[in-house]
Amino acid sequence: METISDLEKQLGGMREFYLKGKTKEASWRIAQLKGLRNFLREKEEDIFEALKKDLRKHPVEAYRDELGILIKSLNLALNDLKKWMSSKTAKLPIIALLSSAEIIPEPLGLVLIISSWNFPLGLSLDPLIGAIAAGNAVVLKPSELAPACAALLAANIPNYLDSKAVKVIQGGPAVGEQLLQQKWDKIFFTGSTRVGRIIMLAATKHLTPVTLELGGKCPLVLDSLSWSLDKEVAVNRILFAKFGCCAGQACIAIDYLLAEKQFSSTLVNLLKAMVKKMFGENPKESCSISRIVNKDNFLRLKKLLDDPLVKASIVHGGQMDEDNLFIEPTILLDPPLESELMTEEIFGPLLPIITLEKIEDSIDFINSRPKPLALYAFTKNKTLQRRMITETSSGSVIFNDAIIQFAVDTLPFGGIGESGIGKYHGKFSFDTFSHYKSVARRSFLTDFWFRFPPWNNSKLLLLDSAYNYDYFGVVLVILGLKRSRKGFNIN
Amino acid sequence: MESEEMKKPVFDQEAGSLLVKELRANFAAGKTRSYDWRVAQLKGMIKMMEDHEPEILTALRDDLSKPELESSIYEIALLKNSCVLALKELKQWMMPEKAKTSLTTFPSSAETVSEPLGVVLIISAWNFPFLLSLDPVVGAIAAGNAIVLKPSEIAPATSSLLVRLVGQYLDSSCIRVVEGAVPETSALLDQKWDKILYTGNGRIGRIVMAAAAKHLTPVVLELGGKCPVIVDSGINLRVTARRIIMGKWGCNNGQACISPDYIITTKDYTPKLVDALKHELEQFYGKNPLESKDLSRIVNSNHFARLSKLLDDDKVSGKIVHGGARDKTNLKIAPTILLDVPRDSLIMNEEIFGPLLPIITVDKVEDSFNVINSSGTKPLAAYLFSNNKKLKEQFVVTVSAGGLVVNDTAVHLAVHSLPFGGVGESGMGAYHGKFSFDTFSHKKAVLYRSFAGDAPLRYPPYTSKKIRLMKAFLGGSIVGIIRALLG
Repeated sequence: METISDLEKQLGGMREFYLKGKTKEASWRIAQLKGLRNFLREKEEDIFEALKKDLRKHPVEAYRDELGILIKSLNLALNDLKKWMSSKTAKLPIIALLSSAEIIPEPLGLVLIISSWNFPLGLSLDPLIGAIAAGNAVVLKPSELAPACAALLAANIPNYLDSKAVKVIQGGPAVGEQLLQQKWDKIFFTGSTRVGRIIMLAATKHLTPVTLELGGKCPLVLDSLSWSLDKEVAVNRILFAKFGCCAGQACIAIDYLLAEKQFSSTLVNLLKAMVKKMFGENPKESCSISRIVNKDNFLRLKKLLDDPLVKASIVHGGQMDEDNLFIEPTILLDPPLESELMTEEIFGPLLPIITLEKIEDSIDFINSRPKPLALYAFTKNKTLQRRMITETSSGSVIFNDAIIQFAVDTLPFGGIGESGIGKYHGKFSFDTFSHYKSVARRSFLTDFWFRFPPWNNSKLLLLDSAYNYDYFGVVLVILGLKRSRKGFNIN
Repeated sequence: MESEEMKKPVFDQEAGSLLVKELRANFAAGKTRSYDWRVAQLKGMIKMMEDHEPEILTALRDDLSKPELESSIYEIALLKNSCVLALKELKQWMMPEKAKTSLTTFPSSAETVSEPLGVVLIISAWNFPFLLSLDPVVGAIAAGNAIVLKPSEIAPATSSLLVRLVGQYLDSSCIRVVEGAVPETSALLDQKWDKILYTGNGRIGRIVMAAAAKHLTPVVLELGGKCPVIVDSGINLRVTARRIIMGKWGCNNGQACISPDYIITTKDYTPKLVDALKHELEQFYGKNPLESKDLSRIVNSNHFARLSKLLDDDKVSGKIVHGGARDKTNLKIAPTILLDVPRDSLIMNEEIFGPLLPIITVDKVEDSFNVINSSGTKPLAAYLFSNNKKLKEQFVVTVSAGGLVVNDTAVHLAVHSLPFGGVGESGMGAYHGKFSFDTFSHKKAVLYRSFAGDAPLRYPPYTSKKIRLMKAFLGGSIVGIIRALLG
C-alpha cells in the first residue's frame, strides 16, 4: 500500500500535467476514448474471464450489461464529442448591454471515480468515458470486492490510456479514506446510501461537487393485465430484471412487487412456471445466474430469510449453497412489512410480492417510503400511468419493462433523495464532469451614460425603461416627454 | 401567571421540525404543483414590489445606506425581470421534454418530466438582501416547491420587511420566512430539506454542505472569491475606468460577490490607468466621496474593522495612491486605490468585499494569467479589458471562473440566458432565468415500453447466437442485426 505522501506526489504530478492543458485538446480526448475502445475489443476474453471469476457472470449477461453498454457509450462520445465541446450562444435582449454571450464547457480538473462491485467494469468505465470526454484528469478506484476486475483494470489501463492523466488505484476502505482526504474537483461515487453520506461529508472540506449514484428499494407495480400474452411478457421481463441481472445485485433491480390480492395466485403460478423455463429445473446447474459476490453478502441475505415469518412466506425457492455462494431464485408472498427484507435494500435474488386491495393503493405505499432510484409500473391503464408519474417521485419511471432504461443514453440516469444526487449517461456524463462557464463580451462603443453616477431622475427613468425592455419608454425619456415614473423618483 | 414581558418564542430544533413537517404536508397535498398557484405567487411578488417600493428602498438605506438608484435597479428591477421572465416562460419550462430512443429499446418512447423537489431552504446574504432572498424564491416557486427563506440578520430592516411582505403577498401555507442568526440557522440546517441554496462565504458554505450531507440534500452554493480584472493597453481608457468603477464602487461600494477585487496591469500602463480611475471617481462621487449619497456605507462595524485592518497592514502602508479616508462613526471608507501591494499581504489573500482596489503590476500583460491561476482558487468572475483578439481568446480558454466578462464588469448577472454560479471555491451549481427553474426541479426520466416487440434474446438460457444478436442490437445498425439474424 502506498503512503500518503506517495499518493500526494502522484496526484500533484497529475494536476501539473492537467494544468499544462493537454487533456483539454479534442485530439487527446479522442485518442483516450479510442484507446479505451481498443482495450474492450482486444481484451474481451480477459474481461469475460474476470467477470466470471468475480461474479460468475455469464458472457452474454456481461456483454449485455457491461461490455456492450460501454462500446455504445464510447461510440456515442466519439461521435458527438465535437458537438459536446462546442460553446452555445446565449440569447440576448435587443438593448443588449452585451454584444455577445455564450456558455462554454470546460473540464473541472482532477476528478475521482469510485465504483461498485456489481457491474465492476461498466460502473468504472462508463463514468470514466464522461470524465475523459469532458477533458479531465482522472483517478479511478474500482471496488476491491471485485478483485479480478480491479486487477484487470489496473494492469491494462496504463497500456491503453495516457497514464500521466488517467490512473487506477486499487484498494479497500483504507485507500478510499486516503483518497477522500485529497483535493478533487469532482467526486463520482456509485454505491450504498450509507457510504454516499460519508463521501459527501468528506467532499465538503474542499467544496468538491459530487455525483452520488446510490440505491434503494425499487418497487414494481404490477397491474392486472387482461391479455395472457402481455402477462407472459410481463413475467419474463420481471424475472430477467430480478434474477437475470447479477442475481438481483443491481441498484435498479426490482426490489419487490406490488399487485392486487385477486391477481396474486395467478401471478405466483405464472412466476413459478416461467422461472423453471428460464433457469431450468435445477437453477444451480444453469450458468445463467450470477453468484452472490462474497460471504458477507451471502450471510446478509441468509439472515433476511432466517426471520421465521419471512421464511413462512416463501412460495418458491429458498435453496442456498454457502460454499458456492449460490441462492436460487426465491419468491415470497406477503412477508411482514416490518421485516428487514422489506425495510432494507435486498440486493439479491429474493422477490417479495406485497398484495394490495386496489392497485391504486401502491401510490401511498411507495410515497410512505424513501424515494427509489427507479419506479417500475406494468400497466396499460393511461390514468394509472399518469398518476404514477405525477403522484410519486423517483429517479426515473419505467412502464412495462425494467432495467432497460440503463441502455437509453438520451435519458438522465440518477437518483433523488436517498437514491442519489446528479445524473449521467450519454451527454449527461459529459455535463456532469464539466463546468459551464458564462462568457459575456461588450464593445467599447456602446456606452450608456445613464449607467454612471452622479444619479439623477432622468438616469433612473432610463435605467428603469432599459431593464424593463421598454424601448419606447427610453425614447420618451430622452425626448424629455417622460419625466417621472410610478414609484420612487429622485428629486 | 405573571411575566414581565412576552418573550418571542425561540426558533429551535423543534420549531424547525414542526415547520418542515407542516410545509411537507402542504406540499404533499399538491398545493404548489399547479400552474395557477405558481403564476399567482409570481404575480403576487410583482405586486408586492409595485405597492411597496418606497419601503423597500428605505429598508435598504437603513441596512446599507444603499443609494436609491442602486436599490431600485439592482434589487427591485432585476427581481421584477426574473418574475416577468418566469411568468412568460413557465408553461414551456413545465412541459416534458421528449428524448429520442434507439433501436436498442424499440419500440419505446421516452421523455424527461420536470417535477418539484419538495421543500427547499434558501439562505441569503446581506449585501443584496432583497434580491438574493427573493430571486432564488422565484425559481423555487416556478418549479413548484414549498419554500423556507432565511434572510441575513446582518440586514435586519430588510429581513423584517421580508417577513411582513412575504406573509402578506405570498401563500404562507407554503412559503415562509424565518428570521434569525446562528441558532436559528442551525435549527433549520438540522432538518431534512429537498434542496438548499445558500449565498454567502466559503466558510459557512462548508457548514451548509456538511449539514446537507447528513440527509443527502443537494445544494447550490453561491460563494465568492477574488475577482481579478486584467487591464491591457490600447483600450478606451475612459470607458474602461468607468466600467471598473461601476462594478466596484457602484455595486454596493465593493461589497458584492462579483465586484472587481483587484487589478492586474503592466508596469508601463499603470500611471495612465490610475489617472483615469482618479478622474472618473471624482466625476462620479465628487471631491469628498465620504459625503456622496451615491455610495453605500460599510455594512457594520465588524466589516469596517476588517477593512481597516487590511489598510493598516504594514505591508501596504505607503501603497495607497488614492483615497484612504475613513469615517468610523458613519461606517464610511472612501474609494481607495493601492499600487503594487505585496502578494503575501492580507489584502491579497482574502476577498476584500469593500471599497479598496489593489493594483498588481506585471511586465507583460500575458503574465496576468499566471497570477490568477497560481492563486490556486477559481473566482466567481474574472474580467479583461483589451482590444487584442489573441489575448481575449487566451483569456477565455485559460482562465477558469464562474463567469467571464470581456470589456466590462458585473453585467453578466443581469443576463438571464447565462447561468450564474461559481466553480471550485467560488461555489457549485448555478441559477438565473431557466437555470433557476432547473436547479429547483428534479428531471425525472420516463420510459414507455410496449408489450409487443419482446426479444427472447434478452433472456436466459444464453446461447452464442444470442450474444451475436445482442452485439448487433446494442450496436444499433440494421445491417448488423440482419447479419446476426441470418447467422
